[in-house]
Amino acid sequence: MSDFAVRVKNLSKQYNLGVHVANLTLREAITSSLRAPLKWFNIRSNSNESKFWALDDVSFEIKHGEAVGIIGHNGAGKSTILKILSRITKPTRGRVELFGRAGSLLEVGTGFHTELTGRENIYLNGAILGMSRREIDRKFDEIVDFSGVEKFLDTPVKHYSSGMHVRLAFSVAAHLEPEILIIDEVLAVGDAEFQKKCLGKMTEITGGGRTVLFVSHNQDAVARLCQRAILLESGRLILDGSTEEVFSQYFSSIDRLNVEMVLDPDGVMPDGGVAWKFDLSGFPISGDSHGSPNQSKIVILEDGKKLGPPHTLHETIRQNGMGAYSHWGTYLYFSSSDNTDPRSNGRAYIVKLNQLSRD
Amino acid sequence: MENISPNPSTSLISSEAHIIIEPPRGWAALDLKELWHYHELLFFLAWRDVKLRYKQTVLGAAWAILQPLMTMVVFSVIFGQLANLPSEGIPYPIFTYTALLPWQLFAFALTNSSNSLINSQNLISKVYFPRLIIPLASTLAGVMDFVIAFMVLLGMMAYYHIVPTLAILYLPLFLLLALLSALAVGIWLSALSVEYRDVRYIVPFLTQFWMYATPIAYASSLIPGDWRLLYGLNPMTGVVDGFRWALLGMEIQSGLMIGISAIVVLVMFISGLYYFRQMENNFADVI
Repeated sequence: MSDFAVRVKNLSKQYNLGVHVANLTLREAITSSLRAPLKWFNIRSNSNESKFWALDDVSFEIKHGEAVGIIGHNGAGKSTILKILSRITKPTRGRVELFGRAGSLLEVGTGFHTELTGRENIYLNGAILGMSRREIDRKFDEIVDFSGVEKFLDTPVKHYSSGMHVRLAFSVAAHLEPEILIIDEVLAVGDAEFQKKCLGKMTEITGGGRTVLFVSHNQDAVARLCQRAILLESGRLILDGSTEEVFSQYFSSIDRLNVEMVLDPDGVMPDGGVAWKFDLSGFPISGDSHGSPNQSKIVILEDGKKLGPPHTLHETIRQNGMGAYSHWGTYLYFSSSDNTDPRSNGRAYIVKLNQLSRD
Repeated sequence: MENISPNPSTSLISSEAHIIIEPPRGWAALDLKELWHYHELLFFLAWRDVKLRYKQTVLGAAWAILQPLMTMVVFSVIFGQLANLPSEGIPYPIFTYTALLPWQLFAFALTNSSNSLINSQNLISKVYFPRLIIPLASTLAGVMDFVIAFMVLLGMMAYYHIVPTLAILYLPLFLLLALLSALAVGIWLSALSVEYRDVRYIVPFLTQFWMYATPIAYASSLIPGDWRLLYGLNPMTGVVDGFRWALLGMEIQSGLMIGISAIVVLVMFISGLYYFRQMENNFADVI
């Protein structure tokens, strides 16, 4: 038996960006094959310029019981690694060996069906995540207990609040007990109290001798769960070291990037109030809940058009009817200063932080 | 760390599981063992489909009876009364209802399984399991409707004083042939649908044409002898004739025809399985 739980060797994954990949219609396929009959057989490998390497020659090894964080900007290849390790997609080159039963959690609540009751969803979701019926039976009470929705177990999930929904989904996922656990950012769910509970549960899981691969932007969470981290950039492994070391390198590279945040339609403050909520994942301001973004130049786009001149964050948010902001988990919240619901006008908002300067 | 009580995590680590993930090469094996490993998920997904099928409908499971029953009434009036199609001494309503049962199971299973992968996009891009489970489960989900509608057939047989012979023991075989036919076409179309969304629009036409090519409103004896072998290429011909033989005691026009039907299904099914396995590697990237 191997010392290693995960062995990744020269892993590469190429994606096609061209139009020929997704949702090709039969007519297009037929006409293109009439034009060039031989191309029919390798329709996927037609032009070279539409390809890119999402992962490029990545190798690492993880010992049994080790918890490793995977860090990187959006598009660095984190999700691709997770997808290959969880066998959702195949690599183009290279090889992965997993020694032990692997389970992955790329999304909370995969396969949840809103018409089904909480009880039914626990079984369905559990089965989808790879639990056996007996396993779910055994953990059922624990799952319900952790989620805190026991009163609504026989209510269809569509009548749940979004918080309850997410709590139930996380609870099922948290009770998956594979030897190798592959997790995408799933901690950013629920209210602050539940997030704390989730993090506690995750610490418990990783502390139990399990091998864990964890993708997150949340420095606190990674630092708490993992001693070791891997930094990816443009599909390449840049650094493999202690979590601290990797994060400091990660933060130093942020200057070069423009960060975009999209207004989340579900703009609800942790305390239940209505707010402008922007997803900050990919933008590390972790651990600093009121400071860092106001140093930066910020542009707010409404339906793609610039709203107001780029000013400091404070001025811009005041001009646009947004009040004080705070940051919670991976989200940035602006409370609505004139009590209008930011969702009510149906426009799309994007916040851009340009030329972020670090002090 | 000197814990005497057995630590579940250490016992976990000693498991034998060893998974190798590599680029796809050549033809993928069917890996039926792994498919079996996921049989619980298959039943959970089928159970979900059954549960959801009549949610928020007033009539609920009564739809399973109403659909074939209403079609039977329409067929009896148009083809039985107006066109006066021969039904070989069997009362026309039960003659056509016996054919409608496997047909509706087939049509439902075919439609459902063809669209199943597109309807499960979120599962495919977020969790791993053998993708074959998806069309399999949606095929299976139709059986519940069949069972309910079958009860009505038993009532009709009592009404018309039709006593089944021992041939009824063969019925499960023909039922299996109907399911396998649906699945054979379903896995082909579902795998194609991932890349070609046209499938969604082809399926309704396909089932419509297919219905007229199947002896549901008429008896297969109407087909001239020379054409029967060709006609047998439609596996549903064999299924419908088999149902009428097993339940109503009607003569089978040609045993060879059913044999051809079965062979056609097997060839399509096995080739479909391999095609599906081949395409499976790309599902998550393309869908």
